[in-house]
Amino acid sequence: MADTLLDIRGLKTWFKVEDGMVRAVDGVDLHIDRGETVGVVGESGCGKTVTARSVLKLIDMPPGRFEAGQILWQGRDLIPLDQGEMNKIRAREIAIIFQEPMTSLNPVYTVGDQIAEVIALHQKLSPKQAMAGAAEMLRLVNIPNPQKRVHDYPHQFSGGMRQRVMIAMALSCQPKLLIADEPTTALDVTIQAQILELMHEMKDKFGMAIMLITHAMGVVAETCQRVTVMYAGKVVEEAPVEALFADPRHPYTQGLIRSIPRIDRAVSRQARLESIQGTVPSLLNPPAGCRFAARCKYAMDICTQGIPPLKEVAPGHRVACVL
Amino acid sequence: MNAPLAPAEDLLKVRDLRKRFAVRGGIFSRTVDQVHAVDGVSFEIGKGETLGLVGESGCGKSTTGRCILRLIEPSSGEVWFQGNNVTRMGGDELQKLRRDMQIIFQDPYASLNPRLKVGAIIGEALTIHKLAPTQKAMEDRVVQLLETVGLQPDHMHRFPHEFSGGQRQRIGIARALAVEPKLIVCDEPVSALDVSIQAQVINLLEDLQEEFGLTYLFIAHDLSVVEHISTRVAVMYLGRVVEIAPSRELYDNPLHPYTEALLSAVPIPDPTVKRKRIMLQGDVPNPIRPPSGCHFHTRCPIARPDCAQRVPELRESKPGHWVSCHYSG
Amino acid sequence: MAGSTPVSLSADAPASPQLAVQPRKARSISPALETWRRFRRHTLAVTGAIVLLILVSGVLLGPYVWPVAINDIDFAAKLQGPSLAHPLGTDDLGQDLLARMMYGGRISLAVGFAAMLVALTVGVLVGSVAGMASGWLDAALMWLTDLFLALPTLPLLLLVMYLFRDSMKKVLGVEGGAFVLIVVVIGGLRWMPVARLVRAQFLSLREKEFVEAARALGASKVRQVVQHILPNALGPVIVVGTIDVAAAIIFESTLSFLGLGFPSDVPTWGSMLRDAKDYLDIAAHWALFPGGAIFLTVLAINFIGDGLRDAFDPRRVL
Repeated sequence: MADTLLDIRGLKTWFKVEDGMVRAVDGVDLHIDRGETVGVVGESGCGKTVTARSVLKLIDMPPGRFEAGQILWQGRDLIPLDQGEMNKIRAREIAIIFQEPMTSLNPVYTVGDQIAEVIALHQKLSPKQAMAGAAEMLRLVNIPNPQKRVHDYPHQFSGGMRQRVMIAMALSCQPKLLIADEPTTALDVTIQAQILELMHEMKDKFGMAIMLITHAMGVVAETCQRVTVMYAGKVVEEAPVEALFADPRHPYTQGLIRSIPRIDRAVSRQARLESIQGTVPSLLNPPAGCRFAARCKYAMDICTQGIPPLKEVAPGHRVACVL
Repeated sequence: MNAPLAPAEDLLKVRDLRKRFAVRGGIFSRTVDQVHAVDGVSFEIGKGETLGLVGESGCGKSTTGRCILRLIEPSSGEVWFQGNNVTRMGGDELQKLRRDMQIIFQDPYASLNPRLKVGAIIGEALTIHKLAPTQKAMEDRVVQLLETVGLQPDHMHRFPHEFSGGQRQRIGIARALAVEPKLIVCDEPVSALDVSIQAQVINLLEDLQEEFGLTYLFIAHDLSVVEHISTRVAVMYLGRVVEIAPSRELYDNPLHPYTEALLSAVPIPDPTVKRKRIMLQGDVPNPIRPPSGCHFHTRCPIARPDCAQRVPELRESKPGHWVSCHYSG
Repeated sequence: MAGSTPVSLSADAPASPQLAVQPRKARSISPALETWRRFRRHTLAVTGAIVLLILVSGVLLGPYVWPVAINDIDFAAKLQGPSLAHPLGTDDLGQDLLARMMYGGRISLAVGFAAMLVALTVGVLVGSVAGMASGWLDAALMWLTDLFLALPTLPLLLLVMYLFRDSMKKVLGVEGGAFVLIVVVIGGLRWMPVARLVRAQFLSLREKEFVEAARALGASKVRQVVQHILPNALGPVIVVGTIDVAAAIIFESTLSFLGLGFPSDVPTWGSMLRDAKDYLDIAAHWALFPGGAIFLTVLAINFIGDGLRDAFDPRRVL
C-alpha cells in the first residue's frame, strides 16, 4: 500500500444493553489511502455508521466501548487518545458530514457563524478573517451570492443547499479525510446528483480521501474507487469497484447487486427481481459462524460452524466466504 | 383538456384534479396564501395495469393519491372509478368505494397501530364491512391473508413492534387486501426499506397483482423501482403531470427536459457505464408561488422567453406518449 | 378473492418464524406490558407506588385492626402524645388521632381519585371533540378552555361552596353533599390542561398513517377515535391524571383548612391540620401526622407520575 491514511484493524465496537452486548462492529478491517474514495455499503444495522463514528470517536461511552482493535491514523492509534488530542484531529484532519442536513446545523446561528467557528477553532484568525473564510467556503461549494448568504440562518436554505453548507464546513480546515455518512439519502435524485458532483469537484481541488457510507449501490458505482461491503458488523467483501460489480464473490454482495432494478437495461418488467430472503439477524447474540448463512442460498454445514476469514481471491479483492 | 389514451378499459379516470392547501396566518387564521399541491392533473389507469407516478418531494404525487381515495378532499376536478364519480360520492356510496380502493403506506412504522395485535389490524376491515359473520370466519380469513403475504399464521397474536420493516410492510399489504380491492394506491411502499427487502416487497406486489388481477397506482421517487413495476409512468413536477408514456418508452425516449434530467440523475450500479449527466440548476421552486407559464422554465435547459407566459398543454406526441412542453417532442 | 389459494411465496417468505421475529423473548409483549417493565426500572416511582399502596390499604383496612371510634371524647386524655393507648396521640377533645387519621385518609384519598376521574372525563371529552372537529367547534371549545384557565381558582371555589353547600346538603346528606360538591368543583377546575393535552395528541395522531389507513378502510369517526387515536393518546393523559390526584388532595385540604370543606365534625387530613394549628406549641404531633400524610401521599403520587411519564416515552432508554 502506497500511502495509507487510515488503517482500521480488527475493530470491535460493542454496545452494552439490558439484555447483553450488541456487537455493532465486530472485527472490521478497512484501510483508506491518500486521495482515495472508498465506499462502505450495507443495509441499516450492518455497522457502517458505527464504524465511521468510531474513527472520530463520536460514540457515546458507555453504552458503547471499544472491545478490540486499532484505528491507525497515519500510523498512530486513535483509540487511546483523550478528548483533547482527538479534537486536534477532528475537523482539521478528519471531517464528517451526516445524513440529515436539517438537524446537523444549529438553527439559532447563521451559517457563516457556524463555519467561521470551525475555522477559528483550528486557525488563529480574527473574527473578520474567519467570516471572510466562511464566505469563501460557501463560494467554493457553489452557493450563489456567498457574501450575503453567510448571514442567513439554516432554515433559509433548502435541503440540498444545507448539505452544501455542511460540506463547506467540513472542508473549511482542509482535512485529509472526509467521512460522508449517507450524505445524499435524504435528498431528491436531482439534488443528489448535484451533491455527488460537488464532492467529486472538492476532492479534485483539495486532494482529500473520502469514506462514503451509503446503502445505494448506484452511488457507490459512480463515485468510489474501492468498496467495502459490510453485513451484520463484519466486512464480507472488499474490492476495487469494477471488480466488485463485474465479479461479486460473496453471495450477499451478489444478492445486493441483483436485487436492484436497473433502468439502463432493457430487461424490465418481465424479469423478477432476485431477492435475499429473510431479514438481517439481531446483533445481540448473533448466529455462530457466517452471519449471512441463514439467508444464503449456498449455505452448507461448515458455514454455521466457523466465521470465514477474509481471503484474497484476486489482487485487492478479498472475500469472507468459504466458497 | 384532452385525455391521454389508456390501453384496455379504464378503471380509474382523473380529470383536472386540483388541491390547494390554505396557508393560514395572522389573527383569526385568515388564509394568507395557498399551496398549489396538485394543479390540474389528468390521467387514467386501465384495469390490471400499474401506473407509476414519479416526481421529487413536494411535487404533489402523494396528495394526488390521497385525493383519489378521498382521504383528502380535492379542491376541484373529477375522479371517476368504474364509471362513478368519486368526487360526488357521499356516505354509503363512499363506504362501498372503500372496498374497491385501498392504500399502502410508506412508513411501515407509522402505518400500523402500535396498540393493536396484527390480527386485529388486518381484521379491522372485516369488522367494518361485516365481511366475517363469526369470530372463526374472521380468524380463518386473517390467517389466509397472512399466508398470502408470506407471513406465519401465529403472527396474528403479535404486536407490530415485534416485526422488522419488511414484515410490517407485508402486514400493511394484508390489511389492504382484506376488502378484496380492485385498485391499490401504493404510496412509496418500498422507499423506507433496505435494498434486499425492497426486492421482496416488489416481488410480492407483482405476485399479488397477477393472482388477484389488481390495479396499482404506484407512487415513488425511485425511478428504477417505478420503471421495474409500472406499465406506464407519469412524471409530475410542481403539481402538474409533465409526461406520461409506457414505461420502457419513457425511459428510452424521454421527451420532457425534466424527465430527461431526472433519468440522467439516477445513479447506475455499474461502474463501467459512463453517461453524460444533465445537471439541473437550483432547487424545486416554492409551490406557494410557482413560476408562471411552464412551472419548469426556471430550471429548464431549453427554456425560451415565452415559456414563462404560456402554460403548455399535455399533448400526444407519439401514440400513447404524452408530453407537456412547448419545444420538445 | 375469498377462498383462493395463497400465492406461493416460498422464495420470499421468511425462512422460519424464529428468524423472522427478533429472537428476543419467546412470547409476545404487549405495549402495556412493555410500559410496566419500564416502570419497574424507575426506583423512585416503584417506591412511590409501594408507599401509596401502604397508605391506601392502611386507611381501608386499618379501622378493622384498630376499631376505635373517631368521636370517642375523653377529656382526661386530651392533647396526649403518642402512647400505647393512642399510637398517634389525641386531640383537644381526647379523640384518638389514629382512628381519625384513617377515617380522614379515606375521605382525602377518595376525593383525590374521584376529582381526578371527573377532570379526566371532562378533559378527554372536550379535548377529543375539539381535536376531531376542526373549525368553529374546535375554536369554541378551546376558547372555553382558555376561559376556565383564566378563572381564579380559589375565590371561585369558595364562592361555589358558599352558594351550593346548603342545597346539596338537602339532597345528598351532609357528608355526601360535601363530597360530591368538592369533587365536582375540583374536577371542574382541573380539566383544562387535560383537554389541551388530549387535543394536541389528537391533532398529531389523526394525521398518522395508521389512522389514515383506518379511514381508507371506511372506519367511522367514532371507531377511529376509540380504536386508534384514544388508546395511543392515553399515556400522557394518565400521567397528568396522577398529578391531578395529588393536586385534588391538596385542594381538599385547603378547603377543609379554610373551613369550607366537610362539616367540622368529619375529620379529613385538611380539617385535622386546621384544628391542630392552634396547638402547635403544645401538641405538635396533632399537626405533624395529617401534614406528614398529605406530604407523603402527594410526593408518592408525583413520583408515580414521573415513572409513568418515562415509561410511556419510547425515546427514553430504560
